[in-house]
Amino acid sequence: MKIAVPPRTEQGIIRALLWLLTAITVFILFFIIFYVLKRGLPVVSLEFLAQNPTEMGKAGGIFSTIIGTIALTLLAILIATPMGVGSAIFLTEYTRENWITRMIRFGSECLAGIPSIIFGLFGFILFVTKLGFGWSLLSGGLTLAFMILPTIIRTSEEAIRSVPYAYREVSFSLGSTKWQTVTRVVLPSSLPGIATGVILSIGRSIGETAAVIFTAGSSLHVPTSLFSSSRTMSVHFYILAREGISMDNAYGTAAVLIIAILGINVLAYSLMNRFMRRYC
Amino acid sequence: MSEAVVRAENFRHFFGERQTLRRINLEIRRNEIFGIIGPAGSGKSTFLRALNRLNDLVPGSRTEGTLEVCGQDIYGPGTSVVELRRRLGMVFATPIPLPRSIFENVAFGARMAGVKGRARLNELVADSLRKTALWEEVMDRLDSSALKLSGGQQQRLCLARILALKPEFIMLDEPTSGLDPISTMKIEETLRQLQSEFTIILVTNNTKQAARVADRTAFFLNGEIVEVDRTEKIFSAPSDQRTNDYILGKFG
Repeated sequence: MKIAVPPRTEQGIIRALLWLLTAITVFILFFIIFYVLKRGLPVVSLEFLAQNPTEMGKAGGIFSTIIGTIALTLLAILIATPMGVGSAIFLTEYTRENWITRMIRFGSECLAGIPSIIFGLFGFILFVTKLGFGWSLLSGGLTLAFMILPTIIRTSEEAIRSVPYAYREVSFSLGSTKWQTVTRVVLPSSLPGIATGVILSIGRSIGETAAVIFTAGSSLHVPTSLFSSSRTMSVHFYILAREGISMDNAYGTAAVLIIAILGINVLAYSLMNRFMRRYC
Repeated sequence: MSEAVVRAENFRHFFGERQTLRRINLEIRRNEIFGIIGPAGSGKSTFLRALNRLNDLVPGSRTEGTLEVCGQDIYGPGTSVVELRRRLGMVFATPIPLPRSIFENVAFGARMAGVKGRARLNELVADSLRKTALWEEVMDRLDSSALKLSGGQQQRLCLARILALKPEFIMLDEPTSGLDPISTMKIEETLRQLQSEFTIILVTNNTKQAARVADRTAFFLNGEIVEVDRTEKIFSAPSDQRTNDYILGKFG
C-alpha cells in the first residue's frame, strides 16, 4: 500500500534532511578547526614561529619546518604548474580526441588515485637512491610535483575547455596565430580555473606527509640548498605526535598549518575575485 | 565596372564526406557591398569562412577548385593564413567581445600583428571607433569591460575591431540577426559609409537587409549559387523561379 504524503510535507521533510546533512558537514569542519586551534593556539607565539626546534622538537619553535614547508611547496608548484598546464594545453588545443589522448588522460587519472605513500616510496627509490639526490628538497619537490600533477592537469583542462570556442574563432579571424590565441585569449580566460587547481595543489602539498617523509627527510635544520634535507610542518607534527615527543608542540604546529592553509585559500580567492571582476 | 577582387571558379567545399558548397562561380568587385542571401544551411556562412579560411579549424574540411582574392589563389601554396585573415576582417552573427576592455578589444588584432606604442594604438583605436560611430558613446570608458556594452554597441565594437586591422574586405555573417531595428539601422548606415574604403560582403538571412544595402546579391541554395545579379534585379525580376519564391517568403 502506498502511503499518501502531501507534496508540501514531502518538500518539508526533504528540505529538513538536506539541511541536516549540510549542517553535519559544516559542523565537522568547524569542529576540527576549532579543536586544533583550541589545543594548538596557546602554544603559538612569536618565539614559537621564529625559533628553531630544539631537543627534537620538545622545546623551541618550528621556524625551520615553516621554511621547509614553504620551500618544498614552492618547488613542487614551480615544477608541476608548467608541466601540468602545458600538458593540458597540448591535450585540449593541439591534439584531436583520439586513443592517445584518452590514454594520457586515463594515465593521469590513475596517477591521481595512487596513495601518497606509494609516491613517497617511488620518490625514495628514484630520486633519493637511484639518482642520488639523497633526502633533499629536490627529491621531495619532484615527488610532490608528480603527486599534484594530475590535479593540475585535470583542472587546467576543464578550465581551458570551458573557454567558449567562439573566442578562439574571433582570435583566429583577427589574424592571430595558434600560439597567440592560446597565450593571449585562451589562457587568460581560463586563468581562474587553473588557479583553483594550483591552490588545491598548494593545500595538498602543504599537508602532505607520507610522500615527503621518505624523500625530503626530517632534518630539523633550516634548508640552505636544493640538496638539504628538510622537515615540513606536517612531518614535524607526525613525528612529534607519533614519537610522543610533545603533544603541545604538535598541536601548535597543526594550528599554524591550518591557519596557513585557510589564509592561502582566502588570499587566493580574493585575488581571483578581483581579477575576475575587472572584465567579466 | 571596377575590377573583381574575389573570384571563385568551380569552387567546392567539403566537411568530410558532406559537400557543403557545389561549383561556386562568382566575382565580387572592389568597393561594392555584396549581399548573400539564402535559407539556413545553404552554404552562405561556409562560403564566407572559406574566404578567410576559418573553415580550416574544423577537422575534415577540404576544398576543390579555385578561390582567388586579389588574383591570389588562397588555397594555393605560399598563402599566409594569418595575413589572409587580416585582409578579410570578419564580423560574426553574435557579437563576441573578448573578455577585456573596450580599448584592448579594438587593439587586439593590431597587437597580434605586432603594432606597438601607446600613441599609435590610441590613434588606431579612436579612429576605428569613430568610423563605427561608437567613439562618442565609449570615449570616456575605454578601459571598462567590453562585455558591459549593449548588443548593438558590441556588434559595432566587433566591426571597429576589424577596422583596426586595416583590412581590404569586411565580411559580415548575419551581423544584425540578434539586434533591434535601431541598432540594425546604425550598422547598415555604417556599412554604407565604409563602402568607399572597403569591399563588403554581407551574409544575411534578412532578405530586406540585402535589398536595402547590397549593390549586388547572390542567392545561395543547398550549397549552390542559384543567381547573382544587381540587387534591384534580384528583388524585382529574378530570373530563377526559386529566387522569386524565396524572396516572397514561400520557403526558407
